[in-house]
Amino acid sequence: MLNAFNLQKTFNPGTINEKVALAGATLNLAEGEFCTVIGGNGAGKSTFLNAVAGVWPVDGGSIEIDGIDVTGLPEYKRAKYLGRVFQDPMTGTAANMQIDENMALAARRGKCRGLGWGVTKKERATYHEMLKELDLGLEDRLTAKVGLLSGGQRQALTLLMATIQKPKLLLLDEHTAALDPKTASKVLDITDMLIKEHGLTAMMVTHNMRDAINYGNRLIMMNEGRVILNISGEEKKNLTIEDLLHKFEEVSGTEFTNDTEILSK
Amino acid sequence: MGIETLIIGMPGTFAQGIIYGIMALGVFITFKVLNFADLSVDGSFATGGAVAAITIISGKSWIYAMVLAFIAGAAAGLITAVLHTVFGIPDILSGILTQLALYSINLRIALNQPNTPISVDKYNLAVSLRYKGYSLTMVVIMVLLIIALMYWFFGTEVGSALRATGTNPAMSKAQGINVNLMKSLGLVLSNALVAFAGALSAQFNGNADVNMGRGAIVIGLAAIIIGEVISNIFKNRNFAVTLIFVVCGGILYYIFMAIVLWLKMPANDMKLFTAIIVALFLAVPYLKNQANSSFRKAAKEGGKK
Repeated sequence: MLNAFNLQKTFNPGTINEKVALAGATLNLAEGEFCTVIGGNGAGKSTFLNAVAGVWPVDGGSIEIDGIDVTGLPEYKRAKYLGRVFQDPMTGTAANMQIDENMALAARRGKCRGLGWGVTKKERATYHEMLKELDLGLEDRLTAKVGLLSGGQRQALTLLMATIQKPKLLLLDEHTAALDPKTASKVLDITDMLIKEHGLTAMMVTHNMRDAINYGNRLIMMNEGRVILNISGEEKKNLTIEDLLHKFEEVSGTEFTNDTEILSK
Repeated sequence: MGIETLIIGMPGTFAQGIIYGIMALGVFITFKVLNFADLSVDGSFATGGAVAAITIISGKSWIYAMVLAFIAGAAAGLITAVLHTVFGIPDILSGILTQLALYSINLRIALNQPNTPISVDKYNLAVSLRYKGYSLTMVVIMVLLIIALMYWFFGTEVGSALRATGTNPAMSKAQGINVNLMKSLGLVLSNALVAFAGALSAQFNGNADVNMGRGAIVIGLAAIIIGEVISNIFKNRNFAVTLIFVVCGGILYYIFMAIVLWLKMPANDMKLFTAIIVALFLAVPYLKNQANSSFRKAAKEGGKK
């Protein structure tokens, strides 16, 4: 479903702030694969997701989604194929707009927007049902402004919006990092439920090794802009945090030094 | 001078206020919906006036003149949009550049005359200070139509996309919305409305002046802010009510001005009064909020409990 080949990206080239963020990152995902992405700070995890999403053009390499070369497409055109959830709960939704309006915006992702009504009556009924499944009490607040919701509710809504139209690829960029542990686990459960329900191909960046191991059927580790570890199948199922730390040292030749990840064991 | 003169003049004051209200509706699209501080308004208001005056003088009907003014305003908005989205110039600066350029362009449109008179005796006009009651009816019908159209448009798919662009551009892109296109559309519609109001204002006052747009953006903001402050009495207000209050803000603003003039204050001080009124209406909600939750109050009451 995703073929990202040899992606290169350098920020602020030629300046004192030059930063090589992607140095030949390559990843192929088959349909239905749920891939978790881990790595230290500055390893290029979010950069990789942003490259796939088309936030900026890559310096080198190519990106194919479902056989379509999207390397030259701007962000809003690629959106047709992608569902996205961001780290900051404020980013994924329009705060000044109602819940149903936000969902209707997402339902028209990649479609031509004309002069028909922004939200139809029929849609509202569907949204009511969808929100009910989340079990957050949002179904009775369809016309409430999204800005009134809590961070967890907003992330859950963003998730629903990302999957309201089945995306070819779901990109989750540390989408539970800003939430408290209880809410984070609830949002992760919703994530897992939606991915399984729709049989989605997904990438999830996380700082939590346990989550990376527990969720999904594929795991990659990034370091210095490259994918350095690629685990799937049975090996992924039997993986432990100790294995991961050990593997990291083996591949990168350095010790794993990210406190958050070690502490969040 | 007695209060009668003020009261007799009220229909005219209302009509002029509603014309400013229409302009404020245009400003509302950029300032409130798009979150874009567009200063082209000062230029495009006068553009509307100039285009309408010249068209009417050439013997065409006022309907034709209004349509042309609307299109000219849209073109002005497009210039700001191109400066901002294609050349990456910050929003305020793009607007200022367009405004500056329009001063020269407006003079050219008006055949290098700083003031173009269009007398209601010679031409058939949509509105005129001479026929206050008739003009008031005309502008009320127009403003209601515009509000209805805006209410409909911002409820459509494109309108929703435009609103989303103003609230959260990052999210809009992720939902496949062409943010630059939406910004341009907003600027075009906004300036078209402003020029339309300029065309009305020129006919109402019987002349199109190259300086008629000076301070228009502040008047537009004043109308929006005054409208917002008074509409706060309504708990749950929908979009149409918000728009109606923007127009009410325009009317109130012009009533203030009429009172100021009636009090025989020098006309040269008008801009100063405008600035003071806008500053007051901006400050009041903030100060009220401060009074409700200030550190001084917290220290006082915290000590008691």
